[in-house]
This record gives sequence, C-alpha cells and structure tokens, in this order.
Amino acid sequence: MLYSEKVMDHFRNPRNVGEIPDADGIGEVGNAKCGDIMKMYLKIDDDVITDAKFETFGCGSAIATSSMATELIKGKPVSEALELSNKAVVEALDGLPAYKLHCSVLAEEAVKAAVKDYYDKNGIAYDADQFAFDDHDHE
Amino acid sequence: MIYADHAATTKTSETAKRAMLDAMDQFWGNPSSLHTPGQKAAEALEAARETVAGCIGAEPREIYFTSGGSEADNQAIRSAAYQGKRRGKNHIISTAIEHHAVLHTLAKLEREGFEVTLLPVDASGVVTVEAVAAAIRPETALVTVMYVNNEIGTIQPIKEIGALCRERKVIFHTDAVQAVGHLPINVKEQNIDMLSLSGHKFQGPRGTGALFVRKGIPLLSFIEGGAQERSKRAGTEDLPAIKGMAAALKEACDHMEETNQKLTALRDRLIEGLSEIPHGGLNGDRERRIAGNVNFCFEGIEGESMLLLLDDKGIAASSGSACTSGSLDPSHVLLAIGRPHEVAHGSLRLSLGEDNTAEDIETIIENVKEIVAYLRSISPVWKDLQKGVRTYVIQ
Repeated sequence: MLYSEKVMDHFRNPRNVGEIPDADGIGEVGNAKCGDIMKMYLKIDDDVITDAKFETFGCGSAIATSSMATELIKGKPVSEALELSNKAVVEALDGLPAYKLHCSVLAEEAVKAAVKDYYDKNGIAYDADQFAFDDHDHE
Repeated sequence: MIYADHAATTKTSETAKRAMLDAMDQFWGNPSSLHTPGQKAAEALEAARETVAGCIGAEPREIYFTSGGSEADNQAIRSAAYQGKRRGKNHIISTAIEHHAVLHTLAKLEREGFEVTLLPVDASGVVTVEAVAAAIRPETALVTVMYVNNEIGTIQPIKEIGALCRERKVIFHTDAVQAVGHLPINVKEQNIDMLSLSGHKFQGPRGTGALFVRKGIPLLSFIEGGAQERSKRAGTEDLPAIKGMAAALKEACDHMEETNQKLTALRDRLIEGLSEIPHGGLNGDRERRIAGNVNFCFEGIEGESMLLLLDDKGIAASSGSACTSGSLDPSHVLLAIGRPHEVAHGSLRLSLGEDNTAEDIETIIENVKEIVAYLRSISPVWKDLQKGVRTYVIQ
C-alpha cells in the first residue's frame, strides 16, 4: 500500500475537521496551484490550545497530516505547539512516502501560521525568525 | 470491485490466456532455429503477425513486434528523425497532449539538435489539420499525432492529417495505443506511415506491442544482436505474449461494434449522471470521443483523495492530479486544454470496459457525488468559491 494504516485512518476519519467560528488564530498555507491548501483554526485560553480544527484541500496525506497535527497540538501550550516539527507529524503517522513529505511540512507551517495570527491579533511580541518559512511552493 | 481504469490496463482475457498457454505448450522452440520445434514456433509467430496486420489493414511484413507501445513510439520517432537528418531535415511536429513515450523522446531529440513544434489543441483536445499544415516546413522530417488521447479520450482527425502528410511528403506516425482494438483502423485508407500499438490495452498481455511501418519507409534498429523482426529488433521473440496479443486483438476487432455500442451507452449515462454535480465539467470532446472514456474536473477538491475514497468503495479509477502523476504539476493534457492548475488537480478519469454494467455506472455516479460533496465540505478552496473569495472556473 502507498500509505500506512495510520495515514489511511486519519485520511478516512479525519480528527478535528471543520471551522472554529470564534478562533483566536487562523493560519492558511499552501497554494491551490500546487494542489494543497491547509487552513488551521486555534482556540487559545491562557496560552493553551484548547481546540484546533482544520480544513484541507489536498491529497490523502495532506488531509491525514492536518488531522494528526491538530491531534498533536490540542491541549498543549502555544510554545509547545510551535515546536511541532513535520518530522514529529510523519512519525506519528508511521511514515509517509518520500514525495509526500511536503504535506507534513505544510501541516507544521499551518500550525505556525495560526499561532502567528494569534500573536499578531493580541499584540504579543515574537521573534520573526520563528515564522520564517517561505511561501509554500513545493521547492 | 468495479474496475473503471481500462485506459491504464485491462485484465488479460481468457482467449489471450489460452493462446499464451498454447504457445508455451506447443511453440516453445526458438523461431530462429532450423529444427522442427523452432520452425513450428516460427510459423506460429508469422501467423500472429498476419492476425495483427489484418486487424489494422496492413501487410504482415509491415508489422514489427516490440515490448509495448512505448518502445514502438521510441523506435518510430527516433528512426524517422535520424533518417530525416541524413537528408537535412531536422524538424518534427507533434501535439501538446501526446503520451510521455512521445513527448520525452522528442525532448531528448531536441537536446540532440532537432527542432520540435508541439501544436496546441483546442478546449476539447482536438488538433486541427490546418494547424499541422501551417507547421510543416521543407525541413520537417516527421509528424506524430496520437490517435486517441489516453486521458480525455479525444479522437484526432488521423485520416486527414495523414492525407496532408502524404501530400507534403512528410512521414506520419500515430501513437494508436488507445485506439487499436477499440476503433476501426485501416492504415492504408487512413494514410498512416507508422503506427504504435500496445497489447495490454485490449486485454492482451503486458510487455508486448507492435510497430507498423509502411513498406518503403526505412526503419532503424535500436536493439542490436540478431536477425529477429527482419533485423530491426533483436532478441528472441516472446511468442506466448505475441500469440496472446494477437488473439486478444482479433477478439476485440471481431466484437468491436457491439462492444462500442454497449460502452457508448454506459459512457453517456455516466457523463449525464456526473454532469449533475455542480461546478464540474467534462474534459475532452463530447462527440469525437472514444467509447469508454469519461473524464471530469470538479472544482474545490483534489484528485488523489477522490481516488482513495473511491477505492474504499470498491471503485478503481484514475486522476490527472499532481499527487497521482508523481510530479508537481497536474496532467499536461488538462493544462493543454485550458484547465487551470487548481482545477486540473481535481480531475477524475473513469475508463470503461466491456465487463462494466449499467448497475456499475449507477454505483459510480452515486459514490462520486457523495465523495465530491464530502471533500468539498472539508475544503477551504470550496468554501472560498462559495463565499465568492475565489471565482468558479466551471460554472
């Protein structure tokens, strides 16, 4: 099979799919031209992510990595969510085919973009280097 | 399991299997050997050649067996290019929607110094005879245009392009991998100089195909090492595969009319059913279309996830999305007919075969509708389209 059982499980039964209408941070990454866009919604209370939801346009692994990323950051302090690496998402999914790794990068970037939005909206100072990822272009 | 990916490959037919087993039992000798087992095999090989030739209106000596459509395309194009070069002709004309067996061969020839013109196609995927005529120059060595497109099923005006090439004295090759066994073909009447075909597209075995080369047109060999295939393709012939292909082709041609009648009805119902999905559109020409092909783009979703969910429902299909092509870009064919990238990613190809039933079609329609609606419900792109943040491409 192309994907692990875990990837297929998260693809078939994505966790936390949907929108948070009163989200504290929203991040959208990716590019429809490249075939994947992830939108991440975070609810944050006292610097803790109390809820995370996503919407994704993309392939099976794009949907599965979004789902896993929301699972990994829910209930975690924002600072911890910011440390979520694409590698951690891939490991939690029992691996991805090499040419699908960019989907996990997208998931990491979506979380960061949502946190950045939360910081911006609340006037929280941050180190810009933390969010220094390029516009997603599959390079 | 509903198999709707016949353009990718077909299941080897019982007739082909029997012919292959028969060849292994009876014609296992080397056709190049002088002894009786060898000569029996040689006779069986020539009988297969006659069958294949008969199915496309060619002479047996004009048929060269190959390992498949890709090899036939490679040899035909390279041979015509190098022969042309000897006479100072270094220009080749083709189309933007060819199979990669053609496009990649042309790209390589370009790096070797040939000049290649890839003609655009219209929104339905048709290349016009006028466009070919306008592109022909005194130094044009070859025109190669595929008979039927493998993704969108569009049928090209082969006979007319052939007539033009004959008149302008340019060699005309057609990659007919998706056409042979599915459409009536007569290389003489259709003015075809070279034609590639592949066994597994009409229920023959994989690893076998043929190249037709009209008498009088020189052919260069690319595999050296023996006198097989009139010294144009060395290597001991895979007789079981060749017999299997010939048997499958004969069967396909014998039943072509009834198969096409059935497939056309199934296809039309499938197109009708899928047309009910909003903001989806048929790819390819509605009329000039091979009987089994249905190809749609649905806005706001991506093809691979559609295929995986269809597979869960027991439906095997394919897509031109980047994720399924293994590259970063979606199908070059969908881009060539004017689909923007984001729409081309949401394509679905269903290619039908004679085992498909009317019930299968209803099951496919029902499942595709559900899956498209579900994937749209989780898609930020679809949401933007609905809000008017993005504009629909397909109304």
